[in-house]
Amino acid sequence: MGTTASQLGKELLSEYQELTFLTKQEILLAHKRFTELLTREEKDIPNVRVPMERILTLPELKSNPFRKRICYVFSTSEHKDGSLTFEDFLDLLSAFSDSATMEIKSHYAFRIFDFDDDGTLDSDDLQKLVNCLTGETDDTQLTFEEMKQLISNILEESDIDKDGTVNLSEFQHVISRSPDFVSSFKIVL
Amino acid sequence: MSRDNLIISDNDTDVQVDFPAEDQTSQEDNAHENKRRRKADGKERKKRAIKTGRASSIEDTEEHTQKHNRKRNGSKNHKHDKEKDQAKKYQNNKEEEGEIKRKAAKSKKNLKNEQTKKKEQDSEKSGTKKRSKEKKRKDSAEKDTKEKEKAKKKKKVIETSSEPESSEEENEEEEEEEDVVRPETLTPEELEKLKEAVEDRKKLIQGLRGKPWPMKKKLVTLKESQMFVEKYEGALGKGKGRKFYAYKVMMTKKWLKFKRDFENFKTACIPWEMKIKEIESHFGSSVASYFLFLRWMYGINMILFGLTFGLVMVPEALMGHPYGSLPRKTVPRPEEGSAMDFAVLWDFGGYAQYSVLFYGYYNNQRAIGWLKYRLPLSYFLVGVGTVAYSYMVVIRTWKTFTSWDYLIGNPETADNKFASITTSFKEAILEEQESRKDDNIHLTRFLRVLANFLVLCCLAGSGYLIYFVVRRSQKFTLDGLENHSWWERNEVNMVMSLLGMFCPMLFDVISSLENYHPRVALQWQLGRIFALFLGNLYTFIIALMDEINVKREEEKIVRYNITMWEASLYNGTLSENSTAPPITVHPADVPRGPCWETMVGQEFVRLIISDTMTTYITLLIGDFFRAVLVRFLNYCWCWDLEAGFPSYSEFDVSGNVLGLIFNQGMIWMGAFYAPCLPALNVLRLHVSMYLQCWAVMCCNVPQERVFKASGSNNFYMAMLLVILFLSTLPAIYTIVSIPPSFDCGPFSGKNRMFDVIQETLESDFPAWFGKVFSYASNPGLVLPFILLMVLAIYYLQSTSKSYKQANMELKKKLQTQNEENKKKNKKAALKAAMDLEEARKAATQAAQLQAKHKPPSQQYENIEWDHEQRRYHRRDVRHQPTRGSRPPHHQEATGHLPGAPAQPRMHRSSNVPKH
Repeated sequence: MGTTASQLGKELLSEYQELTFLTKQEILLAHKRFTELLTREEKDIPNVRVPMERILTLPELKSNPFRKRICYVFSTSEHKDGSLTFEDFLDLLSAFSDSATMEIKSHYAFRIFDFDDDGTLDSDDLQKLVNCLTGETDDTQLTFEEMKQLISNILEESDIDKDGTVNLSEFQHVISRSPDFVSSFKIVL
Repeated sequence: MSRDNLIISDNDTDVQVDFPAEDQTSQEDNAHENKRRRKADGKERKKRAIKTGRASSIEDTEEHTQKHNRKRNGSKNHKHDKEKDQAKKYQNNKEEEGEIKRKAAKSKKNLKNEQTKKKEQDSEKSGTKKRSKEKKRKDSAEKDTKEKEKAKKKKKVIETSSEPESSEEENEEEEEEEDVVRPETLTPEELEKLKEAVEDRKKLIQGLRGKPWPMKKKLVTLKESQMFVEKYEGALGKGKGRKFYAYKVMMTKKWLKFKRDFENFKTACIPWEMKIKEIESHFGSSVASYFLFLRWMYGINMILFGLTFGLVMVPEALMGHPYGSLPRKTVPRPEEGSAMDFAVLWDFGGYAQYSVLFYGYYNNQRAIGWLKYRLPLSYFLVGVGTVAYSYMVVIRTWKTFTSWDYLIGNPETADNKFASITTSFKEAILEEQESRKDDNIHLTRFLRVLANFLVLCCLAGSGYLIYFVVRRSQKFTLDGLENHSWWERNEVNMVMSLLGMFCPMLFDVISSLENYHPRVALQWQLGRIFALFLGNLYTFIIALMDEINVKREEEKIVRYNITMWEASLYNGTLSENSTAPPITVHPADVPRGPCWETMVGQEFVRLIISDTMTTYITLLIGDFFRAVLVRFLNYCWCWDLEAGFPSYSEFDVSGNVLGLIFNQGMIWMGAFYAPCLPALNVLRLHVSMYLQCWAVMCCNVPQERVFKASGSNNFYMAMLLVILFLSTLPAIYTIVSIPPSFDCGPFSGKNRMFDVIQETLESDFPAWFGKVFSYASNPGLVLPFILLMVLAIYYLQSTSKSYKQANMELKKKLQTQNEENKKKNKKAALKAAMDLEEARKAATQAAQLQAKHKPPSQQYENIEWDHEQRRYHRRDVRHQPTRGSRPPHHQEATGHLPGAPAQPRMHRSSNVPKH
């Protein structure tokens, strides 16, 4: 612990604590796990980016159906390749942590589910979302008819202004009615 | 810009204002350009922060110098007295002139300042653009204060026409020097403003973690706001107040740091946090919820243990009569030989029975030791307190604990999760379609009735079996336990544990007849297991009641015998005079009653022990050995054991939770008669925590059928409450209705156990207190009170119902309003565009008219500034000072309503330097 703490720097550590929902231990653990992902040469470079492929080897993300979307949403990379710096990684963990607020969780959930990045969840997004949830194999995937029914149900439930798409505030409204969202939208290292 | 559609209500506008840069990034393909833009944005904001601070100081110095000038021109003023009226007339004009000149001066000065910064700038172009922008912004800020100045000036001496030229020059010079804040120069209003700004920054810092921004942006904002706060915080307050303020600031900082450290410490102190988190990340939240529940139970039991241990067991052990001093504290003579045998101790007989672990050991002496500790009273109150505390905690924690569980880091679990999500989707779809093809409804109905009948048979059978076994064991105990085998001695507990183990499996088989869909089936299953456990527990209690009655009969005989025995003892000495010393009989030889309370306590302790043992053994055999067999026999077997029949066991959350709940129920029931029960339970839970954590991680696979966590936790808590109620009932019944044994326990010699309260009231409290108490417990007072409570409950319930209804109606309203708003917004957008056009025309006209006085773009810059300002005062848009020279269309344009793409942003984007 001592070595990692000195690596991170006291100042930075306290700033990270200020800026995320993570505790000191969690930040240190995150740093440890993150440095484990780095190759030897990369360890000396400040603000190094870890490519998405390597991030996805983390067991916590490996079997998550939205792993790629999560990386894309939290990445600040210029090339949109889903690579994460340590700070991006902290952002990710902060949003998925226990103590993060409903607002921030639902905001990121919305961005993760918004596959085409157009700011609304339309029926294509929802279809992709459901496919992600059911898995890609044939025996678990829903048939076309079932999908249609499901999506119309979802829209009926959540699309308050009836414009055919779910926008952020509608999404947040829906989320606010399911109290276990906060507890299940979590990634713990 | 499509995000504009997202915003429905006005409240959301600030969200949008927060990250316009991000919005653009997500849309535009050229990410590179965006990045640079964002960078520039950050820099700009940095500068702005400095500027706003400086602007206020500059304004201040202006005023300062003006005062100075006034003094100097005092004599001049005298001369120009006649011109006063004229000056008044022209004042406005002059001021405009002055303003323009000042502006010019300032821009000069700005240039000077900026030149030093020039090296830092990325490019010449952006630098100059920014500079011009900033200058303008400052001007608009100045305007704000000008309004106030005007008001002041009117009251004070009026400036003369000859004065401005020179004063402006000086102004400029002084400004050059003035770069540091001088709090003495600030007017109260300025101070207030600054304070507000600092507070805003602080709020910003606190709320920063809740912003969906990338870390870099957050870091920059944090550093910059911290700098701002640090720089200007010291400037607040004056003289004494200033020192105090600085002290306060320092203390709040330290307090914050302490709080954070404490928070860190606290999380480090929570037991098994990492263990549970690990399980959570491998098996998902529902399995983890069991362990959280276990930990919570552990916490409760710790407190119960602390209560009984600290207030009952330790005082008795330390201050009460020692072992062997009284008959009730001594092992009777016939049992002495076997009192230390392991078999006896394992059954909590022998020395264990005659110790602080059980009710019978306690003496009925009112106060013990030098502390005059009221042990009987404390015993009674701890018993009541245990129950009361449990009720409080269970009701208080009755809180609720989407589809994808983000926690799962285990591919196997993930596969199961896929399957269960798909089935739940399909279920939902089926429900929605509500196929009214009730084919063969008669068959299903018949099967369901049959299944329920079978289950009832099972329940009745198990109940009878327990009753039978308990009665048989009574016969055995009458004969003397030594004559019987181990099985016969432990029959009751073993039968109960085995029933609890195998009946649920039977129910599972039966429920396959019913053809319910999985969630309903699971609920039925849980309900049946609940009924089974409850039935078993209650038959056990009824059998115990029978036994209590038997013991009380026995007690009557013993009592009679004792008087005879005493009489015979004293008979020989009766003839001699009464002053002779009383005959001493060794306490072990004194005949004594059966002490039913200790018997009840012993039964419960044995039950707990055997229950614990069976749980651990099933865990070992059912999970561990099965897993080992499956794992290693799979290499040499005809079919795939891992995927096929035996497979690995699942972690059964609901069954385990039920087991835990019933275990707790037994603790609550028996704790009054065996103070050691909470301690035993703590031990048991502690071991099970480690054992089950290990078992789950090494030999379980996650469930296929996932019981949704949210609904179930409520369900479990409700169950716990029911069990608590049901388990306190028998305990209360025995306490209230059965007289305590005459020769054992803290309440011996009393008619009822609760008489101890009355006794204490009579002897330890003043007389009036007893009177008040007796009045208060009068049914004439108690009944109305209960009635009142019922009324209150009814009232609260009805109000909550009406709130629900109101909620529904509001939702409807929201929908209709949204539709209306859409229409309205379209109109508003059109109108805003028209207004903008008009304003533009007017502006160009005005510019043509007074081309020398006013730069035409100023109006727009004004908006721009205001808009930027919003980023800092995001939460307090309403607190913002209204600006005098705001164009009329501005209010509507900033509405950011869905139909009206924000007008200010148009200006904004045109002003953002593009590379």
